[in-house]
Amino acid sequence: MKILLVDDSSTMRRIQKNTLEKIGHTDVTEAEDGVDAIKKLAAGGFELVLMDWNMPNMTGIEALKKIKADPATKDIPVIMVTSESEKTRIMEAIQSGAANYVVKPFQPETLAEKISSIKK
Amino acid sequence: MAVGIRVEHVNPFVTSTMETFAKMVGVEAKPGKLMLKKDAKLEYDISGIIGLSGNAKGMVAMSFPKHTAVAVCNKFMSADYNDLHRDILDAVGELVNIVAGYAKRDLTEFAINISLPSVIVGPNHQIIDAKDAVSFVVPFTCPLGPFHLAVSLKST
Amino acid sequence: MPSPVKVEHINPFLSATIETFKSMLRTQITPGKIILIKGAKLSYDISGIIGLSGGARGTVTLSFPRITALKAVSEFIGEKVVTMDDTVKDAIGELTNIVAGSAKKDLAQYKINISLPSVITGENHKVLGGKEVIPLVVPFSSPLGDFNLIVSFISET
Repeated sequence: MKILLVDDSSTMRRIQKNTLEKIGHTDVTEAEDGVDAIKKLAAGGFELVLMDWNMPNMTGIEALKKIKADPATKDIPVIMVTSESEKTRIMEAIQSGAANYVVKPFQPETLAEKISSIKK
Repeated sequence: MAVGIRVEHVNPFVTSTMETFAKMVGVEAKPGKLMLKKDAKLEYDISGIIGLSGNAKGMVAMSFPKHTAVAVCNKFMSADYNDLHRDILDAVGELVNIVAGYAKRDLTEFAINISLPSVIVGPNHQIIDAKDAVSFVVPFTCPLGPFHLAVSLKST
Repeated sequence: MPSPVKVEHINPFLSATIETFKSMLRTQITPGKIILIKGAKLSYDISGIIGLSGGARGTVTLSFPRITALKAVSEFIGEKVVTMDDTVKDAIGELTNIVAGSAKKDLAQYKINISLPSVITGENHKVLGGKEVIPLVVPFSSPLGDFNLIVSFISET
């Protein structure tokens, strides 16, 4: 599964990349903000996006909306991975087309579960 | 789209530092050239630090060599300590609180709220800001000694 | 004289720290007796610090001796780190960010916003509060070593 991992913190990307590796996902491309994510998605072939919320230049929610508005990328599932735990924020993400939602702190199993629920 | 952080967003903090020193410490604090923090290797003895949140997030820190902190706070409180007494440390926290609270009024576009201040003590400590923020440093001089104002901001 | 932070305000941060270490570092941590920062002679090598504002104001700090920080970050990122490099500093900031963000949901009535995290380095530095409130310190012990959670918090309402 080809995954795009979007987070402005290189440390958080490293943590998630290591977690993904542990659960069997090794084809991971990194992007450092929404702008970078949109650019990298244009190359095509991605099957899943893991998206942080609070990022400079273009936030995760803005990037999510762009992905869902573009016919070329709208079918790629996006999981929001963020510390925004308020219900209104979660609703906003789901309404904007997020496939699922992971709140930090999370266990590797939680991430694995949410990814496999999308694969089905 | 998020608002970009620009140099002019630091100006209210520079102005409020000057005003706070003029009105409450009774000395003139002169700002030097503003720098990007990543270009400046800075170590301090004592820092007052306070968080900002709202439509922008960030941190404001005022950092002092020991002798400046003692001299400034003695004058601020009309006291006569010769070391980093607990009252001097409290006063450093209070100074950064006043400076950030004052600056907030001129940053209405960001609807900023301030946190409680913390005070860091320890020779040669460094403050590293979040990587995704834009961090500026303004060196100040005043008759009581040099100090630095550091502002890191990120729009949300 | 300032009064100490109320214990009910420290509990969400205490739980968030335990939960974050359990889920993201796979480490069981044990809180010790809560102490007032005033009487405490506590010094650290690296601290992550973040401000809270909104209907309450405060700060949350996680402070570590060097060795504990290195071991904790190694668990957090899933790679062994042995020097206090930028990765360690960044990871301590992220850890503090996650703890504060996670505690926020149990303090919903205060409509808290968190600031950006800053990381303090410097051997044997101390983290103190201002004059408005006396911060509380929760000493934690863990297989990775000891560290402290420091919370200051005042309700504005």
